[in-house]
Amino acid sequence: MIEELEDDGSPEVMISLRDLRVSYGEREILHGVSFDVMRGETMVILGGSGSGKSTLLRTLVGLEKPSSGEVILRGKNIATASDEDMDEIRKKLGMSFQGSALFGSMTVGENVALPLREHTKLEDSTIEIMLRLKLEQVGLAGFEDYKPSELSGGMKKRAAVARALAMDPEILFFDEPSAGLDPIIAAGIDQLILELKRAFKMTIIVVTHELASAFLIADRMVLIDKGNVEAIGTVDEMRNSTQPRLRQFLDRVPEPEVAREMDYLQMLTKQSGHSRGATAKRSE
Amino acid sequence: MAFVAQIGSGVIGGLEYLGSLADLGGKAAYYTFVAPFQGKPIRMQRAISQALDVGVRALPILSLITFFIGLILALQSAYELRKFGAISFVASAVAISMTRELGPLITAIVVIGRSGSAFAAEIGTMKVTEEIDALETMAVNPIHFLVTPKFLAMIVMLPCLTIWANFMGVLGGSLFGVAQADFTFLRYIQASVDALFLRDIISGLVKSVMFGVTITAVGCHEGLATGAGPEQVGRSTTRAVVMSIFLVVVVDLIFTALFFFVSER
Repeated sequence: MIEELEDDGSPEVMISLRDLRVSYGEREILHGVSFDVMRGETMVILGGSGSGKSTLLRTLVGLEKPSSGEVILRGKNIATASDEDMDEIRKKLGMSFQGSALFGSMTVGENVALPLREHTKLEDSTIEIMLRLKLEQVGLAGFEDYKPSELSGGMKKRAAVARALAMDPEILFFDEPSAGLDPIIAAGIDQLILELKRAFKMTIIVVTHELASAFLIADRMVLIDKGNVEAIGTVDEMRNSTQPRLRQFLDRVPEPEVAREMDYLQMLTKQSGHSRGATAKRSE
Repeated sequence: MAFVAQIGSGVIGGLEYLGSLADLGGKAAYYTFVAPFQGKPIRMQRAISQALDVGVRALPILSLITFFIGLILALQSAYELRKFGAISFVASAVAISMTRELGPLITAIVVIGRSGSAFAAEIGTMKVTEEIDALETMAVNPIHFLVTPKFLAMIVMLPCLTIWANFMGVLGGSLFGVAQADFTFLRYIQASVDALFLRDIISGLVKSVMFGVTITAVGCHEGLATGAGPEQVGRSTTRAVVMSIFLVVVVDLIFTALFFFVSER
């Protein structure tokens, strides 16, 4: 069914979000997000801290359950999928976490081989070869016997990507790939993402707030703000857009703080006597 | 009214906690005893390395503690027994209280301190660093992967440790017996063995298995329930130790009462 794929030429929807809402307890984080991701494209999810972009990513890989709406991944709605279906879907997804999330008690090699050992009946020697290939792809050949704690930040990220690639996923997710890395190492990770895109025509979803990196790797972008889709489009469309919230984000304009200052002063005047009230008036 | 409501919500919270422990323990038991026959084998290597950690590495400290406990028991019971000129009953007093009660209990407390806390800290750290999430996105069940080997290691190793603890306790008692109560070492051991029925030993071992289940469930549950941030790991570890000690005593009480009423008939 899903395995019988059409040619790469025709655009095919890989991920489809329809009015997706996600809540933590009473608090709704995503207020009805809808967009599609096509096969083979790199979609960058932009957004500030607390915008809901990480929650969106966690929902896409099935770590959070939507409270309503649909997430169609490879033809299945993960909002209603059974645990078995979800596991089948997940075997075709790869996720690179912000902090790399390598298992500290295992070597890099064991980390990368883990999905293969869990989900395939391959011989150890075959796994060994696949593991070398994956490490080579991310530029970590020869590091299989190192512990994650012995690697630098950038190498950990690469190892995490190798682990995400282990099962030859159709969709690769990145959570803040350049977080905590210096610009040169971060550029290396960007290059790696571009190479994967070119070599495997993989569908790639990247969550980031690093603008330079976003414009470099993206085919299309979506800006999430306060749990809503504020803007979506190709790199050029986004660059030339006049949408105010997007402009503010791209031009790095700080949030106006005047209103908040007034609130603060008002709070002070309410709290205590005349002297503070006078101060507040003066600053008005 | 507020007071009653508080009691109510406290009880509900407690039951909820027990429910989640039972859920976790049940899943671990399923993956240990049922799933291997459905083609989901247990990770034996992990279970064995856990067993080494839980069991073998606990031996030195457990031996020392239970040896002293045996000696203390002998001293305390001799204090009372010698008033009746019955100091030769020291051997049976020590043997029975070790095997029925203190052997399993002291073992459980040592294991809580060493392993229950370590489970919570290990799993809690994995939670904070998104490793648990990573397992889930790789379609690897965290309970099957992390909890089951610990569960198996605990229910096998705790009875083994308990047997060893019983033996060391008797040995500790014999030090007093030989030095102060005119026993020879062999006669002390003989007196201890004579005092014991199989059911004393078995009841202690049954308890120790239940303690193993309790400690694993609490330690792993607290680890998995760890919130965001490294400081939460410390909190889960503390909670795991305190809750484990409390629940082990509760389980102890339940099973002791059960054995008491069963053996009456």
